[in-house]
Amino acid sequence: MASSPAGTLYRGREGMWSWVAHRLTGVLIFFFLFAHVIDTAMVRVSPEAYNIAVETYKNPIVGLMEVGLVAAVLYHALNGIRIILVDFWSQGPRYQRQLTFGVAGVFLLLFLPFVWTHLTNVFGG
Amino acid sequence: MSLTGQKIPAPRSPYKARRAGNFELNSWLFMRGSGVLLVVLVFGHLFVNLMLGEGIHALDFAFVAGKWANPFWQVWDLAMLWLAMLHGMNGLRTIVSDYATKDRTRFALKTLLYFATFATIALGTLVIFTFDPCIDPNSTLAVCQN
Repeated sequence: MASSPAGTLYRGREGMWSWVAHRLTGVLIFFFLFAHVIDTAMVRVSPEAYNIAVETYKNPIVGLMEVGLVAAVLYHALNGIRIILVDFWSQGPRYQRQLTFGVAGVFLLLFLPFVWTHLTNVFGG
Repeated sequence: MSLTGQKIPAPRSPYKARRAGNFELNSWLFMRGSGVLLVVLVFGHLFVNLMLGEGIHALDFAFVAGKWANPFWQVWDLAMLWLAMLHGMNGLRTIVSDYATKDRTRFALKTLLYFATFATIALGTLVIFTFDPCIDPNSTLAVCQN
């Protein structure tokens, strides 16, 4: 295994790491969904119960965790679009590496304004 | 250059159509279809709830009541709930199949996964459909003014 010729295995480099990151972010987001459905379900208990639940999200530490959550969602969404292009676009497999850089570029384009606005709200509001 | 000289005998056993359908192909397609829809639904959700106005500080019961008084957001959130839970469930099903090698472990994990997913979908759906935006007596929503 270790002496396999370079470049013949789907291992290492952008292809494998984007796959690993897709799995990790997917699991993270899925586990958050359980918490998020339950906290939102508090609207059915009483307005007070919901306000207590949603107050947790306004805590600065949770506000920072939310930045991580949005980073995971953005990456998973953009890399998912890349996967769809590789699967369905005739030129997708040829440009899969460039598409990975495209994912990184669009990620920064969306993530940085989010971080600015969100942290201004969390710490400034 | 013709093949007319050769006779290929008919197969002795007739072609049998696949009986079970193609679940794995369908779930593969579902991941891509639901993925595209979720990009729109989740980005819209994050933008409206976190980026507009005061963002996270604007979120309280009145905010949710204002949104769910409108069928547009009820349908939006319902679609997001179902698609995200099923998309995540199918993703985790793949991960369990990949890494849990013992039959019993795989069975236990998948049973737990399906139970947790459907319980959460049921809870969320029930909340969206039975929610009363006017439960707060001080509500200033237009739908509660009569």
